[in-house]
Amino acid sequence: MSTAMDAAATRPMATAKLAAALKDALGTALLTLGLAVPILALRTEQNISNELILQPRWGYVAIAVALAFSARFLYLVAPAAPARPRMLSLPRGFGRVLSAVLLMVLLLYPLIALALTGKAGAVKWIDNFGIQILIYIMLGWGLNIVVGLAGLLDLGYVAFYAVGAYAYALLATSDPVKSFMADWIGAGFWPLWAFWICLPVAGLMAAFWGILLGFPVLRLRGDYLAIVTLAFGEIIRLVLINWVPVTNGYAGVSGIPRPSFFGLPFNDSEGGFAAVFGLEFTPLYRTIFLFYLIVALALLTNWVTLRLRRLPIGRAWEALREDEIACRSLGINTTNTKLTAFAIGAGFGGFAGSFFAARQGFISPESFTFMESAVVLSIVVLGGMGSQLGVAIAAFVMIGGTEILRELDWLKRIFGPEFEPTQYRMLLFGLAMVLLMIWRPRGLIAFRAPSIFLRERRLVRAEMVKEGHG
Amino acid sequence: MEYFVQQMINGITLGSIYGLIAIGYTMVFGIIGMVNFAHGDVFMLSTFIALIFLMALTQVLGLGSLAVALFVVLILGMLLTSLWAWVIERLAYRPLRGSFRLAPLISAIGMSIFLSNLVQVTQGPRNKPVPSILGEVITLSGGDTYPVTLSYKQIMIVVVTALLLVAFWYVVQRTSLGRAQRACEQDRRMAALLGVDVDRTISLTFVMGAALAAVAGLLFMTYYGVVNFNDGFVPGVKAFTAAVLGGIGSLPGAVLGGLLIGLIETLWSAYFSIDYKDVATFSILAITLVFLPSGLLGKPDVEKV
Repeated sequence: MSTAMDAAATRPMATAKLAAALKDALGTALLTLGLAVPILALRTEQNISNELILQPRWGYVAIAVALAFSARFLYLVAPAAPARPRMLSLPRGFGRVLSAVLLMVLLLYPLIALALTGKAGAVKWIDNFGIQILIYIMLGWGLNIVVGLAGLLDLGYVAFYAVGAYAYALLATSDPVKSFMADWIGAGFWPLWAFWICLPVAGLMAAFWGILLGFPVLRLRGDYLAIVTLAFGEIIRLVLINWVPVTNGYAGVSGIPRPSFFGLPFNDSEGGFAAVFGLEFTPLYRTIFLFYLIVALALLTNWVTLRLRRLPIGRAWEALREDEIACRSLGINTTNTKLTAFAIGAGFGGFAGSFFAARQGFISPESFTFMESAVVLSIVVLGGMGSQLGVAIAAFVMIGGTEILRELDWLKRIFGPEFEPTQYRMLLFGLAMVLLMIWRPRGLIAFRAPSIFLRERRLVRAEMVKEGHG
Repeated sequence: MEYFVQQMINGITLGSIYGLIAIGYTMVFGIIGMVNFAHGDVFMLSTFIALIFLMALTQVLGLGSLAVALFVVLILGMLLTSLWAWVIERLAYRPLRGSFRLAPLISAIGMSIFLSNLVQVTQGPRNKPVPSILGEVITLSGGDTYPVTLSYKQIMIVVVTALLLVAFWYVVQRTSLGRAQRACEQDRRMAALLGVDVDRTISLTFVMGAALAAVAGLLFMTYYGVVNFNDGFVPGVKAFTAAVLGGIGSLPGAVLGGLLIGLIETLWSAYFSIDYKDVATFSILAITLVFLPSGLLGKPDVEKV
């Protein structure tokens, strides 16, 4: 009896819900139509006589509207997911085990790639995926010192990356330095050892610039600091473009010497790496070496950060992030604290930059646009500010995700040969940034392990942590 | 002297466009304390919307009168750009309101990347040369060495900007919406308690900023005669500089800042070096924020302990 009544009562309700969802979805579809009409429906094209003409493409609009309609409808009709527990209770030491496993995978990655794809495919997988992602992990960890630990919002981090890259590139290719080294040590010395000598120099140079740019902005906080650092980043890029006698402008610096295996070049010569170790020559060795080099640099960044967090300076950074005024009243020298954060963060950016220059063999101001800063900052924030593992995961997801689009050739079979997945790389990147932020505003790993605790070590949820007023 | 006057005219024209964009930044920052990074790209989007409508009206529909066409494009562009801004605010910023401060900033940067790439994908990466309109010039002083000229475009830009600013000033100062905006700017929670629909007010703030950016977009398109998907970032940063220079949160400040930035940029390119004109703007941004954070007309930020 009662079940029959329930059923009778729920049926109209279900219909009403369905009708409401339909209505809502129709509204969304209309909205999409409005958004899509000029920009998607009519493409401006130049004809042969260089005049613009309009090319209607209403099919795309229909697809977009249909997609928006069905997505909204399914979202409304789908049963609500059960509420997730507020906090995942992971077993003790889970993070440590996970880190160890990830590290093992990382170290074995070139061998895995080699085993799965053979020599020809492995170069691509190690270089495009491994090295590319690791550069961003290193940049993320470097910026994490400034943003995640010290709470200083930096939108111009790419400036230090650029300083590092240009410091190495210009020193290694400059004629006076070359001839000086050739006169004093020998002709073969500089091309082989330039990277190893310039790497620390580039790091120091970037750290010096970090201090230099850090000084004027000490008084600024939050968004204002972000904007000024953005301005500095752009100024450095514009100087690199316009100071042609030194930087060669848009054309960039080419012929940058590649790193050697501690003095053994990666070529097929007599004294080359392959010959000395009795191996058959292949360019793969250089790629694998570069991979392990960036692994080492990134792990160095991570290790230094973790150690610094336990030092007084690291605690001062985190205190500064939480409350600058309290910091000052407790006698912490905020000037030094901020400047060290800027300098150390910038220094690691410089290392990454000179690695980048050495890997590419060519750099130009194109590689150091604001977009790079935005990408690195988003990796830090999406990872969960201050969390080393989170930054690594975010870099893997965001950079790996966009790189994988290069591999989606099978999509061409569905959408036709003119469909180019790589075109959508940054489009999807931007969309993913927005969606991830809405899904997890506090980042992927939204809790922190305290570096100092009373009796018991408890994770601190990110909601408890303030940010970025420094 | 003629050269200088000519540069002043050019600078004021450019400054009007910056001022219109700057209002969008300054209003959003005033009301929710957020740097709306996507605003420059909304502006860029509006240049494309204006271009497409203009072509549709003149080429496809064959509308004869240019004045009518421009007016229709202006209205349609304002409506559609506002719609975009409304949807963006709804999807990307509103869910993050009350979340921690970096979240909307990152979301806005993501939106900015999304918008510029959307236009690149849908409209292609090349420069779009706009069919030339309003090319006539008036010669003000017929100096033999350097005639000072004022083009119809420049007159249109300055007049449209002035008219819109008056209308806009009226909305903010005299209507209930403007009152709600000013109330939210002072204290959002208290405004909500007193019955102001805060969400709606914030949405409308975005919409108004975008509508002004759409006007700037149409003017920019007719003035420069070329649009590109990449043209959002640099004008965006310059307009933001204008907002900061005028005092962020202050509407007259945004216009003043816009005019100043336009003049500085033009005079710098005219007398020093055109290569470093953007460096000049960025330096002004940094110098203003470091030495005069409240800008020319802004209220100083009081630090509460």
